[in-house]
Amino acid sequence: MVHSTRMAALAAALLATTAVASADPVKIGFLSTLSGPSAALGVHMRDGFQLAVKELGGKLGGQPTEVIVVDDELKPDVAVTKVKALLERDKVDVVAGVVFSNVMMAISKPVFEAETFLVSGNAGPSPLAGAGCSPYFFSASYQNDQNHETMGAYAQSKGFRRVVLMTPNYQAGKDSMAGFKRAYKGEVVDEIFTPLGQLDFSAELTKIAAAQPDAVFTFMPGGMGVNLVKQWTQAGLGAKIPFLSAFTVDETTLPATQDAAVGLLSGAEWAPNLDTAENKAFVAAYEKEYGVVPSLYAAQGYDAAKLIDGALKATGGKVSDKDAFRKALLAAPFKSVRGGFSFSPNGFPKQDFYVVKAVKRTDGKYATEIVSKVFDKAGDAYGSACPLK
Amino acid sequence: MGVVSEREGGVRDFGASPRCNPSGECRANPHRPGFAGPPPPRGGKRTRGGADVSRLPETTNPIPPGSMTLTLLAVQILNGLQFGVILFLVAAGLTLVFGVMDFVNLAHGVQYMIGAYLTATAVAATGSFGLGLVGGLAGALALGFLLEVLLFRHLTRRDHLEQVLATFGVMLVATDLVKMIWGPAPLALPMPAMLSGSIRLMEGLSYPVWRLAIIAAGLAVAFLLWFLITQTRTGMLLRAGSTNPTMVSALGVDIDRVFLFVFAFGAMLAGFSGAMAGPILSVEPNMGDTVLILAFVVIVIGGIGSVRGALVASLIVGLVDTLGRAFATDLLKLVMDRSAAAQAGPAIASMSIYLLMAAVLIFKPTGLFTGERAWTRTS
Repeated sequence: MVHSTRMAALAAALLATTAVASADPVKIGFLSTLSGPSAALGVHMRDGFQLAVKELGGKLGGQPTEVIVVDDELKPDVAVTKVKALLERDKVDVVAGVVFSNVMMAISKPVFEAETFLVSGNAGPSPLAGAGCSPYFFSASYQNDQNHETMGAYAQSKGFRRVVLMTPNYQAGKDSMAGFKRAYKGEVVDEIFTPLGQLDFSAELTKIAAAQPDAVFTFMPGGMGVNLVKQWTQAGLGAKIPFLSAFTVDETTLPATQDAAVGLLSGAEWAPNLDTAENKAFVAAYEKEYGVVPSLYAAQGYDAAKLIDGALKATGGKVSDKDAFRKALLAAPFKSVRGGFSFSPNGFPKQDFYVVKAVKRTDGKYATEIVSKVFDKAGDAYGSACPLK
Repeated sequence: MGVVSEREGGVRDFGASPRCNPSGECRANPHRPGFAGPPPPRGGKRTRGGADVSRLPETTNPIPPGSMTLTLLAVQILNGLQFGVILFLVAAGLTLVFGVMDFVNLAHGVQYMIGAYLTATAVAATGSFGLGLVGGLAGALALGFLLEVLLFRHLTRRDHLEQVLATFGVMLVATDLVKMIWGPAPLALPMPAMLSGSIRLMEGLSYPVWRLAIIAAGLAVAFLLWFLITQTRTGMLLRAGSTNPTMVSALGVDIDRVFLFVFAFGAMLAGFSGAMAGPILSVEPNMGDTVLILAFVVIVIGGIGSVRGALVASLIVGLVDTLGRAFATDLLKLVMDRSAAAQAGPAIASMSIYLLMAAVLIFKPTGLFTGERAWTRTS
């Protein structure tokens, strides 16, 4: 009797393990910046991703899904340690997320070496788009230069002849100016570099007012952008000089700048009022779930989850056949909230880019709205150097 | 990658015209029949075509170039002074606590940040900046009392390293608590409607009245501190207590009580500067960090513990920083080629205040205002 009970228990245990094995949950390691001054972006991206997983009933590709969220603290070394833990201990099938390009560059090597897929929810550094492209990399966002190019092309098409550029004095700031100038052929009157984390912009605003340019282009992420936008409008420049920007005026900073940002322009591949059925549903669900207007980071996080979901559906929930999964991802088998969305061979999207403007909506909340389309199904500038076909 | 031209699309395109104002009054197309826009303000600026915004009329700059440069210099000096006053507001409380109690308080930046958050919350709740400011100051004062009684009281007799460690811990915990309560995204702190106007400084540039209010507040705080420290009995006890606390308590004065009030007052000063800076700076959990570094630079230059030194040093730091950012690149262009100047200018500008601090440390290691009797510091 005792013997048979033991056998039964053993059998039950065996059955239980096989039951778990057959369910084979998909594991996603989601890396985001959730602490420090730029945490707001990371929170939006994570919330967008989680919203999609929740809407899909906690499943991606019909498989039970476990999303392991880790905070990269915006420190490349910390990110690498945490990603290695995701790869080796948790044995994740896909790594997703990543807000900042320096973090992306640091983690890409260990992820690619582990032959694991990396789906970006924001960062799109140029080395990964050009000669350093990887069959394991897919971006659900954009290539970094594109939003800056969008504003350059816009300034060109508006006939602005004299433009002042202003960015923080670090690599992304220099890249931003280079991206803008790639599409803008007019005169750059002045290039102003400010220290990272600058508080008071009155010296720069005075210079700009003295130079009297036709427009100003700036890239001031996070709190610097909030400082700049407030002081720009308070100095009375808002009504006089067109303010073109990228990653400066969006739904993560608008709650802080409010009326000061209204009317300022930005380059983006998405805005909450983009007219697709998927986007309307997404924006409504996001606002209901989190009580704030989603930003482009949230939309990209949402799309990243939908992209993984679509690819898993195509492969029957399996990531083990890497080639098949890559082909499935490359086909972009999902309906993006952005409408048209397809991949170049380097894993970066071809999509539309818009000039968006900050507005106060009728419900009193602040959001960006599309002014006009600048690029139509645009790929990135580096793809030709990528050997992938 | 086709560029969609939108010169034709004047009706939809209401964002980029320089005539647009923030409230979106630029939606109408001036070419459309029946357009009744406001009259042209100056020299036919508004009569230009919808898309042709490329050239500003020459009439916008009636000032000759020479005086223009002088105006520019004057405006930049004003900018520097008012940045200095913001720094003084933060540094005053820090140097008071440091000088009087010999206490290194890294949590000062957190008190600045919490002052801004409490004021922003109170302003949002009451709908009035005045009431919100009172609420924020009361909260900052209460926080100062709380921190002193719970923690700092036990640290005042210990060495600086332990104070640094403990207050650094407070900084980390408080920053994350604020993030948990208010979220990581920056908050809005609108300026009071009464002071939201602006004065025209030069062509195309206005000066917000709020910044004048900050200057006034900074000077008022400086005067108040001078008066308290040199002209009142409390100030006398303070000065005596900072020099020889044992003797002062032997004379029957509860010196711990004096320190409690000094600390709470310092916390309230930090909160006040956070509230004043809120309308022009971003109110976010890490807003105190940058300011704290600058405040330490100020008190090192000014002489630790000297309020007068803090005032002079913050004005110098504000001026050096602002003028560096304004003119370094242009000045370097006179002596080196354009691209090298564009590289070196911003680097030198961002280093300038630290170079200044290094120079002060070399030539006058105790700071500018410690040699003489400087309000509190006597040694």
